[in-house]
Amino acid sequence: MDIFFQQVINGLVQGSIYALVALGYTMVYGIMGLINFAHGEVVMIGTLVAIAVTSSLIGAGVPVAVAGLGGLAAALLVCMALGWSLERVAYRPLRGSPRLTPLITAIGMSIILQNLAMIIWGRNYLTFPPLLPKINYEFAGAHFTLVQVAIVLISAAAMSGLVFLVYRTRLGMAMRATAQNPAVASLMGVNINRVIAAAFVVGSALAAVAGVMVGSYYEIAHYQMGFMLGLKAFTAAVLGGIGNLAGAMAGGVLLGLIEALGAGYIGDLSGGFLGSHYQDIFAFIVLIVVLMFKPSGLFGEKTGERA
Amino acid sequence: MNKWLSPKSFFGIVLITAALVALPFLLGMGGGQAWVRIVNFAILYIFLALGLNIVVGFAGLLDLGYIAFYAVGAYTWALLASPHFGIHWPVWAILPIGALVACFFGVLLGSPTLKLRGDYLAIVTLGFGEIIRIFLNNLNAPVNITNGPQGITLIDPVSIGGFSFSGTSEILGLTLSGPQKYYFLLVALAILVIIINLRLQHSRIGRAWQAIREDEIAAKAVGINTRNIKLLAFAMGASFGGIAGGIFSAMQGFVSPESFSLIESIMVLAMVVLGGMGHIPGVILGAVLLSILPEALRYGVGPIQMALFGKMLIDPESLRMLVFGLALVLVMRFKPAGIWPSPERKRELTEKSGAKA
Repeated sequence: MDIFFQQVINGLVQGSIYALVALGYTMVYGIMGLINFAHGEVVMIGTLVAIAVTSSLIGAGVPVAVAGLGGLAAALLVCMALGWSLERVAYRPLRGSPRLTPLITAIGMSIILQNLAMIIWGRNYLTFPPLLPKINYEFAGAHFTLVQVAIVLISAAAMSGLVFLVYRTRLGMAMRATAQNPAVASLMGVNINRVIAAAFVVGSALAAVAGVMVGSYYEIAHYQMGFMLGLKAFTAAVLGGIGNLAGAMAGGVLLGLIEALGAGYIGDLSGGFLGSHYQDIFAFIVLIVVLMFKPSGLFGEKTGERA
Repeated sequence: MNKWLSPKSFFGIVLITAALVALPFLLGMGGGQAWVRIVNFAILYIFLALGLNIVVGFAGLLDLGYIAFYAVGAYTWALLASPHFGIHWPVWAILPIGALVACFFGVLLGSPTLKLRGDYLAIVTLGFGEIIRIFLNNLNAPVNITNGPQGITLIDPVSIGGFSFSGTSEILGLTLSGPQKYYFLLVALAILVIIINLRLQHSRIGRAWQAIREDEIAAKAVGINTRNIKLLAFAMGASFGGIAGGIFSAMQGFVSPESFSLIESIMVLAMVVLGGMGHIPGVILGAVLLSILPEALRYGVGPIQMALFGKMLIDPESLRMLVFGLALVLVMRFKPAGIWPSPERKRELTEKSGAKA
C-alpha cells in the first residue's frame, strides 16, 4: 500500500501540472477548433526564462523568494507575449483555411521555438534554483515535499482563477459565446479577434505557471522538454473532453494518476517483462482507448464531425 | 511509337534518363560519395513521402506516426539479416516480409482509429509512432529482441544472386562505389513506386479514396465500403514505408531507435504537405527539396557564417532546423496548397477562400 499512496501523491502533483497545460490547449481548441501544437514549447520557454531571471537575481544577492517571484513574473510576461504573437503571426492569417494548414504551421512554430531556445540557452540541461526549502512530510507511509504541496495548491488557485475569468467576467462570457458560435457572437458585438487573442494569452499565462512548477519540481530544464509535456497535456485535454474546462482539469489529474500508478505497477503486472521505463506509453494508450470508445472524452459534449 | 508519346515527351524522357544515369557519376566526381549518399536518402524519402501521400493525400487521413512503419520495416530487415539472431535470409524473402509486417501494423493502427478524423487521428497516430519507438528502445530486457538504444549493427547489405550492393565493384568497365550501386537500385525501385502510385491514383480504389477525402458520408452513400478502403490506405501506405525501411537498414548496415523519432514523421508529412498533397509530382518535389535543402544548409551555413562574421555565431544544426521551421510556416502562409499542387486542389482552395468572404 505504501507504493500506492506514494504513487497517488506523485500522480496528483504531475497531474496538476498536466491540467494547467491542458487548459491552454482546451481553451484554444474550444474557441477556434485548433490544436496549438506549439503550446508545449510555450511551457518550455516559461521554464527557461524563469531559470535565467531567477538565477541572475539570486546571483545579484536578491532573497530567494523575491527572485522566484521575479522569475515567475518574467516567465508570465514573456509567455503571454509569445502566446499573443503566435496567434497574431502564425494562426490568424490562416483562419478559415483547411484544417491541416494550421497544424503544419503549429509544428513549424514548435520547431522554431525549440531551436531558438537552443540557440539562446544551449544544448545542456539547466538546473532550476530551488525556490522552496526542502521540507519533507510523511503521511500513511508516503513521503512528499513542500514543493509538491505548493504545486498542487498553486495549480488549484490558478484553475479557480481561470474558472472565475470564464464564468464571471465579460471577457469570459465573450469567450463562451465565441466558442458556441463565432458568427453570431460577432453579430452581438463580440470582437472575435480580441477574444481569440485573449484565449491564447490566458492559456500562455497558465503555461508559464506550469513551466515554473515543472522547473522547480524536477529542478532541471532542457530545450526539448516542452514537446512531450505538451503531448501529454493534450492527451489529458482529450481524455477530459477537449474544449471543456472542467474536463481538462479532471483529465490532467487522471492522466497523472494513471501514469504514476501504471509506472509503479507495470513491472508486477507483466511479471517483470515491462519495466517503469515504459511510463511514457501510458499516456498514448489512454489516448487511443479513449478516442476509440468515447471520442468526446469523459466530460465532453458531442463534437460531431470533429471527432 | 505510341500515339500518346509525342516526340516532345519522348525527348523529355530521354533527357531525364540521361540525367538520372549521369547524376551519381557527376556527384561522385564533384562532391564525393557523401553527396551520392544524400541523394540516395532523398530517393528513400521519395518512397516514404509517396507512401504517406496515399494515406494523407489520397485518403485524407492525417497520419503523424508514419515513421513507425519505416521503423518496422527497418527492424524486420535488421533482425532477419544480421548476426544479431544469426539469421541471414535473402532479399526476396525479407523485403516482402518487411512490407507485410509493416502492412499488418498499418491495419493494427488503422482499425481502432477508423472513426476518427482530422486532428484526433493525427494525435493518435503520433502516439502510435511514439509507442513503437519506446518499445524498440526498451525491448532489450529481459529478452533481447531489438538490442535497445544501441541498435543492431552489421546488417547484411542488399545482395541479388551473389552480387552485393555494398563495396566497390567493376561493371562494364565502370568502377561503381557502394552508394552508386544503391543509387541505381533505388532509382529503379523509385520508378516502380511512382508508376504504382500513378496507376493507383486514377484506379477505382484511388477514386474511392478521393471520395472519402472529400466527403466520407457521401462516399458511404454511393456504396463505397469506407471501412475497407480506409484500412487499405493505411495498409498500402505502411507497406511502402516498410519497404523503404528495409532498404534503409541494408544501406546503413545499422539501425537504432534514434532514426525513427517523431521529427522524422513530421519531416515526411512536411514533404507531402509542402510539395502539394495528393499530387504525385508535387510530393516528389517536396521530398527532394526537404531532404537536399537541409543537407545543403548543413554544408553551407557554417562557411557562410565564417565568411560574414569571421566566427561561428550560431550552431549550424539549430540554424538548419530554424530555417526548416520557418519554411513550413511561410509556405503554409503563402501557398497553403503546397509548392506544386494538383490543379483540382488549387481550384478548390481558391474557390473556398472566395466563398468564405
